[in-house]
Amino acid sequence: MSSTPHANPNAVPAVLYVTPPEDNYLTHDKGIMSWIFTLDHKRIGVMYMVAVCTFFLFGGIFALALRTELFYHEAWMVKTFDPVTHQRVVDETATLILYNNMFTLHGAIMVFLFIIPAIPAIIGNIILPIMLGAKDVAFPRLNLMSLWIYWIGASFFVYVLLGGVLNVIGIRLPGGMGLDTGWTFYAPYSTTRSLAGVVPATMGAFTVGFSSILTGVNFITTLHILRPRGMTWFRMPLFLWGLYATSIIQILATPVLAITLLLVIAERTLHVGIFDPAIGGDPVLYQHFFWFYSHPAVYIMILPAMGVISEVISVFSRKHIFGYNFIAFSSIAIALLGFIVWGHHMFVSGQSALTDSIFSLLTFSVAIPSAVKVFNWVATLYRGSIHFKTPMLYALGFIILFMVGGLTGLFLGALSVDVPLHDTYFVIAHFHYVAMGSMLFAFLAGMYYWFPKIFGRMYHENTGRIAALVIFVGFNLAFIPQFIAGTKGMPRRWATYPEKYEIYMRFSTVGAYMMATGLFIVAGNWVHGMSRGRKAPHNPWGSNTLEWRCSSPPPYYNFKKSPVADDPYNLGNWQYVSEEEGWVPRQTEPLPSAPPDRTLPITH
Amino acid sequence: MFMHQPILPMLADIWLSPGASTIAGPVDWLFYFILYISTFFFFLILTLLIVFSWKYRYQPGKVQPDAPKHSTALELTWTFIPTVIVIVIFYYGFKQYLNLAVPPPNAYQITVIAQTWSYGFQYPNGSVDDKLHIPAGVPVEMLLESKDVIHGFYVPEFRVKKDIVPGRYNRLWFQCNIPDTYDIYCTQYCGQGHSKMRSTCTVESLAEFNNYLDRLSHPVGPKDQIGLHLYQTRGCMGCHTIDGSKGTGPTWKNMWGNNVDFESGPSLIVDAPYIRESILLPAAKIVKGFPNVMPSFQGQLKDWQIDDIIAFIQTLSDKYKPEPTTRPTSGPTTAPVTASAAAGAGANLAAIGPVDSAK
Repeated sequence: MSSTPHANPNAVPAVLYVTPPEDNYLTHDKGIMSWIFTLDHKRIGVMYMVAVCTFFLFGGIFALALRTELFYHEAWMVKTFDPVTHQRVVDETATLILYNNMFTLHGAIMVFLFIIPAIPAIIGNIILPIMLGAKDVAFPRLNLMSLWIYWIGASFFVYVLLGGVLNVIGIRLPGGMGLDTGWTFYAPYSTTRSLAGVVPATMGAFTVGFSSILTGVNFITTLHILRPRGMTWFRMPLFLWGLYATSIIQILATPVLAITLLLVIAERTLHVGIFDPAIGGDPVLYQHFFWFYSHPAVYIMILPAMGVISEVISVFSRKHIFGYNFIAFSSIAIALLGFIVWGHHMFVSGQSALTDSIFSLLTFSVAIPSAVKVFNWVATLYRGSIHFKTPMLYALGFIILFMVGGLTGLFLGALSVDVPLHDTYFVIAHFHYVAMGSMLFAFLAGMYYWFPKIFGRMYHENTGRIAALVIFVGFNLAFIPQFIAGTKGMPRRWATYPEKYEIYMRFSTVGAYMMATGLFIVAGNWVHGMSRGRKAPHNPWGSNTLEWRCSSPPPYYNFKKSPVADDPYNLGNWQYVSEEEGWVPRQTEPLPSAPPDRTLPITH
Repeated sequence: MFMHQPILPMLADIWLSPGASTIAGPVDWLFYFILYISTFFFFLILTLLIVFSWKYRYQPGKVQPDAPKHSTALELTWTFIPTVIVIVIFYYGFKQYLNLAVPPPNAYQITVIAQTWSYGFQYPNGSVDDKLHIPAGVPVEMLLESKDVIHGFYVPEFRVKKDIVPGRYNRLWFQCNIPDTYDIYCTQYCGQGHSKMRSTCTVESLAEFNNYLDRLSHPVGPKDQIGLHLYQTRGCMGCHTIDGSKGTGPTWKNMWGNNVDFESGPSLIVDAPYIRESILLPAAKIVKGFPNVMPSFQGQLKDWQIDDIIAFIQTLSDKYKPEPTTRPTSGPTTAPVTASAAAGAGANLAAIGPVDSAK
């Protein structure tokens, strides 16, 4: 809330808020070609949403499949007809092969096709330009190309999946018969053994990487040159700081993965001898190359998520975010520190004790900026006026689950404690708390928060709240038992396991199904909201960031005249109007005048 | 010393199975140290979250008093305290790790030969078993080697783990003072049989351990019984069944003396030279309908062991009729054989007395 009232020369005229235009970005151009060849960042974001959520569904189905197999400690899912006894018996070999495919594809699809693109490509593409009061991103054609590249990369994975399915009925696609290396593709298994799907899958990940890199290039440029009048770097909303830090990692780290995957393909097809010890290579070198990208990748996943949370916590507490500068700097710190800790995935690989020790020390450093963010969010709640709408429920859930994920990281960073915990279910639970409990919750928070802006309608609030609760409970039920299974020694990537772990696996499976139920409720909530929700006002939540100054949904051109930015968390600019069920500018509460304009004019 | 006592023994069972090695005490201590610090801060923040959510919930008409937007003092405090805590955690983890990384100079060396999907433990006298036995109270160093892909060697109750990487020797050491049998798990994904790649570590007194070594290097009994034991302990059982059911590899039931088709090349009748070639050069002939995944046992099975496996395979086939013989039917033994023993019926592995060492 702002302090002393005085005249506001920059208040947006109320007349802009009365009548939303009939024509918005969704209705402006008709026909499939106007979508596939669009240059509109909002349409591109919506198309990303369809693709990314579809792959989330696939990845989720594989997760349910493997959790179902794990309900019993012996292999049971695939049965075959035994000609000797004339009975259906369990074909353990086929079950193990199926399970290994399921866990690999679950990981690969979730990491490359869902978690990494979700917030930047969907919410970032739609919201970043309008949060800047701009017409589009700096490079709209590059943006479209990123989408096409995503489609091409994803189709490689579809090919592998199709190959696996057709293989069951006896049709063999060349190189498409499934993938069982784990999403980490460790050599020499991936380069000398494994099923043939390694080449198309790595081609797919290679291709999708360029979608990520080009999005990063686009966002960095946009944030540098298209900020509006009034928006200096330290008046930028924290969501944009998060996207900026993410983009830095995307452009610096992803090329390393690209080269690594090309080397895997070269090794597998040409037998070059980089990773295969039988011909003079080093398998641990592969791990260094792989994790040099894949550790920063997890910060690509979490930084935009943290940006979303900063926005949501502030708006739904009706309070200026606490510690803006520290949150902004911590995003950059996490991005940079994230590059120097990759060796903590390799403490037991056989790398030297000195290497292990250095990486352990550096790993603890990256915990500190994350902790600082959590403290600042909780401090934002202090003396706020908290509304428990669906986005806020997910944001509060994020804080709780991110704490668990982060604190369990301490166990894994400590060398001697990591030794027994590495490659066990403890690690699986840890990364699901940060990847799913945190990133997914932030994604849902962001989707619910910006839902009215993107679709022009409100979702049904109580359904949203119930789904959030179901997902929260289901998630914890699914993963807390996994921590215990891990500390008691159960290794990961096991299809069958000793009976003593069965109780933990069973609770975990029940939790997974519960979570899936909640997610289906969310899907229904969104589909219903998109088609039949109450029409949304410009600013249903009373946020002061610029995207709420255009209509919901925005017109295809976003703004007729670029708005002038002030402090993005100056929520006192707005007052609630019950007829509109939304917020309008408060004409009597003015702001200090905007600082000198240092941005370039908007050009296409 | 304080590091050797668990902080709260009552809660210990929830998380960790009892540690059994000399390093387990300090490692578990650090685990609980981190656990209690984490639990404390988690509940502290959670409580603040819940209290603030309740106290500052939206109430129509209520206006919250002003609150500061930042506080450098608070930021520095909550940066400094976590930094100190993580440095302490790093320090203890590092110190304990140095202990884990440097084996004592007098450690007893055992080689672990990992391959898809079984372990072979080779003792200093050269004999190999698929189960690990170690003497209690003696530091043991494992020299880890892999024949194919990366595997893992993990003994949960000893709190030790290391990847087994092909092309290099990784080492790990431990000492267990509590005789019992402990699980060994493979922790690095290695393909189809990864979940089944397990073994056990039996910790026993020095006398029992020497006894075990002796029995291992001098197995006694009829050839096919020794062959059965090799089938069960040297990894064959993981892929080949003996009852006719389908496995990763062809079943041995009714294999001997029958025709077999290959992926390429002419078919042939299964005989001793074919079995020997399959064990030493498995990729030479791939049976039709099966994958080319069998590892070679070159250098791992001695000639007499291959002979015993062949003898065992023969007994599984209708086509094989054992000839009565007055020659010794066991491996390297010189003890006299009676006619009933020659029939191969249920002779006990440990029955006959001391024998010459294996060739």
